[in-house]
Amino acid sequence: MKPTRRTLLVTLAAAALMTCGLAPAQDKTPIRIGLSIAQTGPLSGAGKSGLLALQLWRDDVNARGGLLGRQVELVVYDDQSSPAMTPGIYTKLIDVDKVDLLIAPYATNPTAPIMPLIKRRDLLLMGNFALDANAEIRHDKYFNNQPWSSAKDAAAPFLGLCKKLGAKNIAILAADAEFAQNLANGFRQGLKEHGFESVYDQNYPPATIDFSSMMRAIRAKKPDVVFVASYPSDSTAIIRAVNEIGVGDSVKLFGGGMVGLQYASILESLGSQLNGVVNYHVWAPEKSMDFPGIREFLARYQAKAKQAGVDPLGFYLPPYDYAIGEMLAQAVTATRSLDHKVLAKYIREHEMKTVVGSIRYGPTGEWSNPRMIYVQFRGVTDKNLDQFRSAGKQVVVAPDAFKTGEVLPFGEVRK
Amino acid sequence: MKGSTLFATGAAASVILALVLTRVAPSEYFFFAAYVVLQFIVLATAWNILGGYAGYVNFGSGAFFAVGAYTAVVLIKAFDAPLLLQLIAAAGVTGLMGFAIGAMTLRLRGIFFSIATVAIAVICETVVINSAFVGGSRGIAILQPTAPAWFGSYTRLLFAVMALLAVLAVALARYVQTSWIGRGLRAIRDNEEAAESVGVPTLKLKLFAATVSGALMGVAGAPFPLYMSFIEPTSAFSLNYAVSALAMPIIGGTASWLGPVIGAVLLGSLQQIVTVTVSSELNVLIVGLLLVTFVVVAPQGILGLVRKVVGTGAVR
Amino acid sequence: MPIELLVEAVIAGVLLGCFYAAVSVGLSVAFGLLDIPHIAHPAFLVLGAYGVYVLGEHGIDPLLGGILLIPIFFLLGVAVYRFYHAVFEKRGTDAGLRGLAFFFGVAFIVEVALILTFGVDQRMVDAPYIGKGLALGEFRLPLRMLVSFGVALLLTATLSLYLSATFTGRAIKAVAQDQTALALMGADPVRIKQWAFGIATGTCAIAGALLIVVGPVEPGLGRLYIGRTFCVAVLAGLGSMPGTLAAGIILGVAESVVLTSLGASWAPAVAFGILLLVLAVKPAGLFGR
Repeated sequence: MKPTRRTLLVTLAAAALMTCGLAPAQDKTPIRIGLSIAQTGPLSGAGKSGLLALQLWRDDVNARGGLLGRQVELVVYDDQSSPAMTPGIYTKLIDVDKVDLLIAPYATNPTAPIMPLIKRRDLLLMGNFALDANAEIRHDKYFNNQPWSSAKDAAAPFLGLCKKLGAKNIAILAADAEFAQNLANGFRQGLKEHGFESVYDQNYPPATIDFSSMMRAIRAKKPDVVFVASYPSDSTAIIRAVNEIGVGDSVKLFGGGMVGLQYASILESLGSQLNGVVNYHVWAPEKSMDFPGIREFLARYQAKAKQAGVDPLGFYLPPYDYAIGEMLAQAVTATRSLDHKVLAKYIREHEMKTVVGSIRYGPTGEWSNPRMIYVQFRGVTDKNLDQFRSAGKQVVVAPDAFKTGEVLPFGEVRK
Repeated sequence: MKGSTLFATGAAASVILALVLTRVAPSEYFFFAAYVVLQFIVLATAWNILGGYAGYVNFGSGAFFAVGAYTAVVLIKAFDAPLLLQLIAAAGVTGLMGFAIGAMTLRLRGIFFSIATVAIAVICETVVINSAFVGGSRGIAILQPTAPAWFGSYTRLLFAVMALLAVLAVALARYVQTSWIGRGLRAIRDNEEAAESVGVPTLKLKLFAATVSGALMGVAGAPFPLYMSFIEPTSAFSLNYAVSALAMPIIGGTASWLGPVIGAVLLGSLQQIVTVTVSSELNVLIVGLLLVTFVVVAPQGILGLVRKVVGTGAVR
Repeated sequence: MPIELLVEAVIAGVLLGCFYAAVSVGLSVAFGLLDIPHIAHPAFLVLGAYGVYVLGEHGIDPLLGGILLIPIFFLLGVAVYRFYHAVFEKRGTDAGLRGLAFFFGVAFIVEVALILTFGVDQRMVDAPYIGKGLALGEFRLPLRMLVSFGVALLLTATLSLYLSATFTGRAIKAVAQDQTALALMGADPVRIKQWAFGIATGTCAIAGALLIVVGPVEPGLGRLYIGRTFCVAVLAGLGSMPGTLAAGIILGVAESVVLTSLGASWAPAVAFGILLLVLAVKPAGLFGR
């Protein structure tokens, strides 16, 4: 049947009426937040837990009616912990999925490659545990959620511990990758200022799986301190090498920036091999870290985590990823807008209350009040994850504001 | 010659089409994906000059690609050089690499040659990993300059550049194939000793083919750092490039310049679609399965199948 | 470098080298003796390692697991060879490129199949000898390396004996030298080669077990071992078992010394550097035929 002129006119009129009717009414399509996260690969131990926290946040927000009256939807891809995957994924999120908001991948290494792209497109990006990712690019719409402000500040408490133990010779072992190098460089800068001497300084390719030779070389130099900056697979391999080859009797302090020693799966598998190691963390179940709301959040998270089969403790990524959601929600609700410029301005200018405390951002998009801690593993036994739920296994030894114990020399704790 | 004018018209039309697309096509992602397909046309065509025409299988294509990319990085970081200079420099460096592997063919045949190309690839990767100037294992960010107004974005400019490079590469391959050089290479592929005994200048021809092949692969890699805005060794030297550079000509047909183009367009597009819709592993699985299937069932590639159906008539 | 460190590096290198010999012995047979461009050998190694991992999940000790898998891998090898022979060897000429491409494709398919089944995460096994070190005076040596050293020696010795003492073994060596003569003597070259390739693949089961004992495995691990296994097989002089052991030790010591002195970033180039050197100077290898 050929559409007559009359039917055409009627259809057009109807369409016009409908659009008129729609115009002032609210858009009911979901707000889409896009991200990639490590669901497989070495970073997945934390990645999966962070995703669970974000999903928890999404459910909470939607139960309260959503943002701006619209439901929130997460568009998630698995970046396999690989920096090679993220540029393609984020281009897809921006150009194909056309998401409204963006959250960065978990961790420094997968985040670094997308910074130029994000800056070029001038988009808002919520960072997720990336160290110094914005230091050179200086994008004004990047806000990293991690309780440290720069590599130098991150390394400072560890240097303080070196001083306390009367160290002179330092060995540095760092992966040749974004995070480890950023942190190690912060440490190396501090070395000079404190007058320590570096007797061994090696960068290894990220794919290295055997550290026996390096452990031998380190031992031969008889250092007082061994500073390590590594990612989960290498962290595990290095701790195992310490167990097999030994690092020598001279070492008083071992550890520093080893990612992975916060993941429940690795804590469980390494067990007593961790004793004496001093390493960074963001939260430990110690008296000094009882921020308002954190215990309740962890209880809710832990209940869900058990079902989902992810990190049962949740001390590392989850509270901070939940906080990312909270910050986005506050910005969107306060400005009633999804415009990235407007949101960035709000986040930069306001202090936001979250489950990890009040967050205020500095000029490079990092926390203006860093809060990273160093813990020492003590009295850890094998194959027992629950021991980490109570205080005493991860004693906070630095900075002084959160200290719950004095640092002990490495050899002493391992006896 | 009728064949040549037809080809020239087709080539010119392709370039014009590419330029038009940069103004007209819908999303940035189209250029992102299309660039990759064009890049593979260059890589596959380059590989085929040595592999298909002469019979020397290069497993190290990833290294040539990456060395081209890293040469561009050095030029950007040290001299802030323009794109054209990067392309020329990349071609120069990888052309030299190609010359070196051509010289290797003096002593190494068959699988030994191929293993040696893998060796060179790994050694190049190790050198890059140890070069802090280009970022080492960590990688380095390269910011795109602002694009000339006509193009709208730098990615579109790179797309147009890669289209031009693809046309040039295919034209070069066609020239080699139809000239006496191609005849000589075919003689080498079929029986090198016999060719030598008849007076074919085998060494000169092999050196030529290897140098051209290497240079083209490097040129395909040179815009890569700008395209991704970031480069690091693991993905730049990825074995996926080596397998694709080999699979695409085999699937398309190694005997003619058209084969790698067909293979690259088909396989490249398929890869991009699968990566977006499903996963990147499935993408690699498809390449592997197609390669094995074609090698076993249709050794002459798609061109060979078409020829069987349509009847012979060399593609000129 | 202090002398004790060098000595320790050399000792560790010998242990590592015997391990490299064990993972290359299958290639020495398949490529060295049978002239098959078996680029998929490292992929089969990783397959063996995952097989051992799966058995390990049921509580079976990795070495025992490796032994249990040998018959399965033997059959796999026979099947692969029959296919290869039917498609490529029979047709001759162009088979070179296509045979290579075939095995390349197979290697890729195995790797991706592993990724799809197990994911990209690293896998390890648990055993009483993994994770502990043995103190020998001044030196501390990882127990897992000592175990792999022992198994590797056993494997190469057994294979060497088999090839020189048994009828089939000698037939395998003969088929490498002169196929027609062997056929004239009444043995079927194709069946011998099939048997040999089966053995070569069978070694991938036990060598794969060593692979996962020595360190964690992930699907892409095969790429690292292409260089090492071919380096050892070529340096050995194609087909020689004692040569494989010697070549493995040379590679192991070289890598260990480079690792200790220059650091891990130069280690991958060692195997390939040696390989290139051998190809340039003496392609027939140490004990070549």
